[in-house]
Amino acid sequence: MARLMELYRLMARIRTFEEVALAAHAAGELPGYLHPSIGQEAVAAGVCSVLRRDDRITSTHRGHGHALAKGAEVKGMMRELFGRAGGVCRGKGGSMHIADFSVGMLGANGVVAGGIPIAVGAAQGLRLLGSDAIVACFFGDGAINRGPFLEGLNWAALYRLPVLFVCEDNAVAAFTAACSVTAGPGVVARAESCGVAAESVDGNDVEAVAEAAARLIARVRRGDGPQLLHARTYRLLGHTSTDQAAWRDAAEVTRARANDPLIRARDRLLAAGVAEAVLDTILAEARAEMEAARADALQAPWPEAAEAWEDVQDIGAEPVEQL
Amino acid sequence: MDASLLPPTPTVETITLVEATRRAVAQEMRRDPFVWVLGEDVARGGIFGQYRGLIDAFGPERIVSTPISEASLMGAGLGAALVGTRPIIEMRIFDFALCAMDELVNQIAKIRYMFGGQAKPAVVIRAPHGLWRSSAAQHSQSLEAWFAHLPGLVVAVPATPADAAGLLVAAIRSDDPALFFEPKALFGATGPVPEEIAPLPFGLARHVRGGDDLTLVCWSSIVPDCERAAQALERDGVGVDLFDLRTLWPWDEAAVLASAARTRRLLVVHEAVRTGGFGGEIVARVVECLGPGTLKAVRRVGAPRLPVPFSPPLEDAMRVTEAKIIAAAKSLLAA
Repeated sequence: MARLMELYRLMARIRTFEEVALAAHAAGELPGYLHPSIGQEAVAAGVCSVLRRDDRITSTHRGHGHALAKGAEVKGMMRELFGRAGGVCRGKGGSMHIADFSVGMLGANGVVAGGIPIAVGAAQGLRLLGSDAIVACFFGDGAINRGPFLEGLNWAALYRLPVLFVCEDNAVAAFTAACSVTAGPGVVARAESCGVAAESVDGNDVEAVAEAAARLIARVRRGDGPQLLHARTYRLLGHTSTDQAAWRDAAEVTRARANDPLIRARDRLLAAGVAEAVLDTILAEARAEMEAARADALQAPWPEAAEAWEDVQDIGAEPVEQL
Repeated sequence: MDASLLPPTPTVETITLVEATRRAVAQEMRRDPFVWVLGEDVARGGIFGQYRGLIDAFGPERIVSTPISEASLMGAGLGAALVGTRPIIEMRIFDFALCAMDELVNQIAKIRYMFGGQAKPAVVIRAPHGLWRSSAAQHSQSLEAWFAHLPGLVVAVPATPADAAGLLVAAIRSDDPALFFEPKALFGATGPVPEEIAPLPFGLARHVRGGDDLTLVCWSSIVPDCERAAQALERDGVGVDLFDLRTLWPWDEAAVLASAARTRRLLVVHEAVRTGGFGGEIVARVVECLGPGTLKAVRRVGAPRLPVPFSPPLEDAMRVTEAKIIAAAKSLLAA
């Protein structure tokens, strides 16, 4: 039960990070917009809980959960969302380009399927380095209709690369039901057609995700080549923080809310005899951590304007203009 | 003086441009075990022989023949760089890299910046480009201007074996992602290359010949035509100050400005389409820096805004030639 408690705590931190960030967005505290992953926390938490620190991940535009689950530091992430100094990407990336290389998080990605070739190459590079670390590659159901998905799976299988592909199937590609734009039987069949072993899991059952990921990762690590985990979940909110998702079938959303991965983990913990107060405390502590990060980000200075000229390139960098 | 105290005379051999690049890659792969090559047919030596024999020296883990998957070539090279290796991404001919524009433009060129400097994507993208034996519209383009425009990349456009070798070594050792345009038409051109290839810094033009009447700026495949044109003009008593830029980003602004300020006549020549070509940028910078009244005459010579046709007479009609360069130079001198 201690393991499920830790997974619950991690999911609670992801959930409250995004809830607090969304509240800050609604209050006009942070620029741009967010792609929330609320409802999908069990996939990030379950998979990353069975990765080593030196394993790498690539993520999607909906990547806060993956970053937190891989161990990224909250204040640096929140400052990044706020575009402030001290952001993990120095305010250059924002929500959509969260990365924390210190924990092996090789980046969210603003382009659907953009992380797939990167993950495959990272695995190839790790092999050349003589490392036994692996790469977990998160992507959504929308990504399987892009060319890099086919290319990347074929490539990884061809060289038997240490990659766990994780299709985080939230049932919707931006504003369109994924099934309405995807021909054939889906991601598992497509993976198997490339010789990549694949299995589906209930992506809202965090223990099931962790167990399946651990099994597949063990195969990846012992040299069986890439594996694919298809995690069925549901995006409870809209595509972005500005989309109320009013276009969705209300009954479908109601059903999905009852299947919330946090509620399911909580029910399981209660049934196992964990006191409700203990679980409430976990949530409250998570929310307090995120509110503290929000307060910290709000008081953090903006980056100096001249920093816009930094980290472009070493040779031929544009000289800073006098502002 | 004791001759043994002198540095050894470097051995110099006359070799082709393509062989020069092969030796540069081999040298850097011996020097750094994490330099490796990925691309179609590279284990067979590459379609131009750029990698001939390297599979025997370095094995299939470092000379990796890949599927025809350009997006993955570009993206996997990036991923491998992000964990600390130094990939050379062979694009076969650069027109095919257009299948990998997201990976090049949105990922490779941006990732250092977007992530606040957490990673430097040290990749080299080898990009054979330009007109070559009736290869027609999808195998002949010169698109270097697109990438000089793009923040995050450095862009090499060598024209000689020694420059190709030196710039390739510099590109491999650089932490910046480098787009290395190689003129297919000059792969067979020969020139002296030292046995030990030193990195050639980006941003330094080669001053091909001196002259007082006209500044001529060019790069890549068109350089030999410009040299012949300059020789012909000299026979007519016209001194051409000729620069081969060798790299487009950064480019040697100081050398061009100093020359143009002196000759007050500027001719920029490239094989690429003239409209929106990098020649326009060069002219604009010179006019901005020297003031609109300094130059007596300015011309750009480039291809007309046409796809490259197949039939030899059609291809020749749109090709920049020595005769066109001489005619443009003479029109400048008349101004």
